[in-house]
Amino acid sequence: MSEALAAVGAVRHDPEDREGPYTMGLVALLATVGMLFAAFTAALFMRRTGSDWTSVALPSAVWINTLFLIGSSLTVELSRAAIRRDAPGTAAARLRASLVLGTLFLIGQVAAWSILARQGVFLPSSPNASFFYMLSAVHGLHVLGGLGALLWVRNRTRQGAYSGTRHRGIDHAAIYWHFVGAVWIYLFILLSIL
Amino acid sequence: MSVAHAAPQSFWRRYVFSTDHKTIGKQYIITAIFMALFAVTWSILIRIQIAWPDQMWPFLGKLFPGLYESGVLLPERYLSLVTMHGTVMIFFVISIGLVSGFGNFIIPLQVGARDMAYPLLNMLSYWIIVPACLLMLASFFVPDGAAAGGWTAYPPLSALPEALPGSGLGQTLWILAMALFIVSFTMGSLNFITTILNMRTRGMSMLRLPLTTWTLLIASILGVLAFPALTAAAIMLLLDRLGDTAFFLPEGLVLGGRVLEGGGGTPLLFQHLFWFLGHPEVYVLVLPAVGIAFDVVATFGRRPVFGYRTTVWSLLVVAVLSMIVWGHHMYTSGMNPYLGEYFSIMTVAITVPFAVLGMNLIASLWRAQIRLTSAMLFGLGIIVAIGVGGLGGLWLGTATSDMYLHDSYFVVGHFHLMIGIVTGFGMFAGSYFWFPKMFGRMMSERLGKLHFWLTMAPVFVAFIWMHWLGLAGHLRRLYDPTTYDYAASTQWMNVVISYALFVAAAAQILFVVNFFWSMFRGARAEANPWEGASLEWTTASPSPHLNWDTVPAVVRGPYEYRVEGAEDGYLPQAETLAAVPGGTG
Amino acid sequence: MNEPRQTGHIVSIIALFLGIMAMTVVGFSVDWAPPVASVHGQGVDAVMDYLLLTTGTILVIASLILVAFLWYYGRGKQPASHRISARTERWWTLVPVLGMALIAEAGVLLKGLPVWEQVYGHIPEDALVVDITAKQFEWLARYPGADGEFGSVQPSLVDGQTNPAGLDRSGSGADDIVLRNVMHIPVGRPVHVRLRSLDVLHSFSIPAFRVKQDIVPGTVGRTLFTPTRAGSYELACAELCGMGHYRMDGRIVVHSPEEYEAWLAEQTAKVQ
Repeated sequence: MSEALAAVGAVRHDPEDREGPYTMGLVALLATVGMLFAAFTAALFMRRTGSDWTSVALPSAVWINTLFLIGSSLTVELSRAAIRRDAPGTAAARLRASLVLGTLFLIGQVAAWSILARQGVFLPSSPNASFFYMLSAVHGLHVLGGLGALLWVRNRTRQGAYSGTRHRGIDHAAIYWHFVGAVWIYLFILLSIL
Repeated sequence: MSVAHAAPQSFWRRYVFSTDHKTIGKQYIITAIFMALFAVTWSILIRIQIAWPDQMWPFLGKLFPGLYESGVLLPERYLSLVTMHGTVMIFFVISIGLVSGFGNFIIPLQVGARDMAYPLLNMLSYWIIVPACLLMLASFFVPDGAAAGGWTAYPPLSALPEALPGSGLGQTLWILAMALFIVSFTMGSLNFITTILNMRTRGMSMLRLPLTTWTLLIASILGVLAFPALTAAAIMLLLDRLGDTAFFLPEGLVLGGRVLEGGGGTPLLFQHLFWFLGHPEVYVLVLPAVGIAFDVVATFGRRPVFGYRTTVWSLLVVAVLSMIVWGHHMYTSGMNPYLGEYFSIMTVAITVPFAVLGMNLIASLWRAQIRLTSAMLFGLGIIVAIGVGGLGGLWLGTATSDMYLHDSYFVVGHFHLMIGIVTGFGMFAGSYFWFPKMFGRMMSERLGKLHFWLTMAPVFVAFIWMHWLGLAGHLRRLYDPTTYDYAASTQWMNVVISYALFVAAAAQILFVVNFFWSMFRGARAEANPWEGASLEWTTASPSPHLNWDTVPAVVRGPYEYRVEGAEDGYLPQAETLAAVPGGTG
Repeated sequence: MNEPRQTGHIVSIIALFLGIMAMTVVGFSVDWAPPVASVHGQGVDAVMDYLLLTTGTILVIASLILVAFLWYYGRGKQPASHRISARTERWWTLVPVLGMALIAEAGVLLKGLPVWEQVYGHIPEDALVVDITAKQFEWLARYPGADGEFGSVQPSLVDGQTNPAGLDRSGSGADDIVLRNVMHIPVGRPVHVRLRSLDVLHSFSIPAFRVKQDIVPGTVGRTLFTPTRAGSYELACAELCGMGHYRMDGRIVVHSPEEYEAWLAEQTAKVQ
């Protein structure tokens, strides 16, 4: 086992290379965001045993929002394919599509809130509603961060910072974007089956 | 390849909005010293109240008009002081001083990197801490005062302003400040992890890392994994307070003669989430101090650390166990007793890897050639504190004895030894040790030794005696400990403890004076004043922007001291560069 | 860097460390706790005696080794080579690993858990049931009265002066006995205390009985103990519950069985 540890040390890079393989930062970021939603999940399961738990039907708008988010992940992948083919113009255009779809997701989430509110379901109405509002808001903030990352790599792509051999920025933004998408699908399942 | 980038010239970019890890580290350390001044002052007021609960203090009433009324400390303000002392010490002194401060300064220097992986994020993480500190301090000046529900902020007390005066705006500010702290600390941890794992220089394998860096890596991983639980708890607590939700509030609470509407949640949920962070947080704080102790003991004992590999493995085992034993803070909470049995069995298992760490520290003195510098004195102090504090921990980890000792002064004495003294001594040892590298000057050894003696003796009296108070049944967070007759016969110990802590608090003036005086007036430091072997000693003191002219490559472990036949008697990690220490700056 | 002459300093450090060790061992050996007055409390004390013996021994041995190293290697002499193989170092690890594992886990499993069972295990049939309601900042003890059945409690009925516990007096609660800040129990009989809170967290703590149990609002908790000596004992709140937390004290009066029956009869008569 100690040899395994020592072997980790074999992965070294040129200290002068400022664009080094900073993958660990992304892994740690995903770990901490993942733990946040894991903590909320644990809280949800513990809170569910309370006497006042009632289920709340999520508005169907949430289904459409989920499709927006899945769609945006697809366009991000298409963009990665484009940059690997060394077509930054296409890649940037597809990233813009992702940005639009991601924004539509957020708008749709707010719309879902207002539909619920019109039904008379507010944040404190029931614990299930509290969890829906809270989790969608916390998740929305992470989507907002993802949109920022996508916007940044899109601009960098347009400036020609990425090429067929050099596209780590897009890859990292894409991994984060897929991750928040996956978190949403997880939350959606969690909130609708309970 | 030589350094192409010149250091930024403007004052603002150089000293204020700097992205240089060394400047940011120093900013954190100085911020921690600033916050410690408040936290220590509050602790003095607390100790005055505990030792002489019946006395009037018109003088203090004039100094702190918000806290005292006609010379008497108000009970709710006493609780604010206790709460804020704990919160600020744990998160805004030790976390940001020991972990963020020393971590930022030393990690790139020890791994052989030019800076942190994400310098901009690093600067941002510091500038998020500043408003967090200000919010925390500002909460004393809102109506009804600062948060008073304890640093643990258990609801319903912390959720309902009707339950406690401090649970008004003060508690909201507390939560917001904590949220900013968590964001900042997480950003810092991401930087530490990436820098240590991805930015080591050539030849710096994981098993050649100095132990300070190892412990900072483990602390960062624990922070990244554990803090989200507190984030979740804080968000839910905030919603319970401001959004009328009932995550933690049960049904049918009666406060102020009124039945509160809604409810159905449970305070136990908060406790689980809180301690899922709270316990690993202890190791986030303690482990870096242990790492510094190893580095200091090796350097001033002039021999390699005993059992480097078993130390690393023990640290990893401590880290894993620390994530699954949070329930030992809740033995008496009313959770399932079988869960209590599980937590007890796992908790006392932590003493096993900790005993290995302790033995390795002591054994590192075997056939050593001890140099009693100020840093070494505090390093030795850490060993003693870990010994006494750690063994006391066994009393609390065993669920059966915890039934008696829980929430007593035994706990207070225990955690002050572990996350007050071990970590505080870690910061002191680190300061005396790395000050030359930070500021290019030496701290006064004479003042340093005096500081050690005037600190070590009184704090051990105070915190060990607190254990005895706990055995005598004294409970924590009591505004007036003489309420209970059984405790009256041991009240005299509270007086002794207070005097001891006043001496210790006064002794810290020596440190602060030494620190700031030496910054400008201390003797000029050489590149390697302690004959250290690890990488930070291969650059100039103070080390230049981007740390080295040429980043050194590593050929051996960090502790090759007293080697037969070696020039100077030891082998630096980067031998090729030892002959030309420092860069051009 | 020349090796400094530091014998005087080393001697002072050794004296300091030995002093701390001696103070710790002596201080912990003093019997500080209020005299134990419950059955499981004796078990708790036995666990603490065990911990004192084991952790005290470890502390003494470790301190002596530490000061011995300081004495031999701290006076500026050039010691013999420190080189030992990594393998030997690993073997040494077995000492703390086996030692601590044995001491710590034996304490929990053999000494601790049986006592834990006494508190959290099965409640005996003949146990006296008392209902405690905690609120800011007092204790309300409730007995079922002549019918032997507790009445129900409802938050909406709570009235600070006339009905502090919110007891429904219409049904079986009509004859419930409610006491403020005092609880009477007989010696030698197991007492099962049902714990409720009206507002925030409290902790039901009787130091002389080695009892400490948090009270979580929204749930009915429990604790179980058997007093061994008649007398009057203090009840403390051990969980921060607000600005009056420090004065939330109560009394536990332990009677001989005969005295207790007499007291109970008197109280029952008073309610009716």
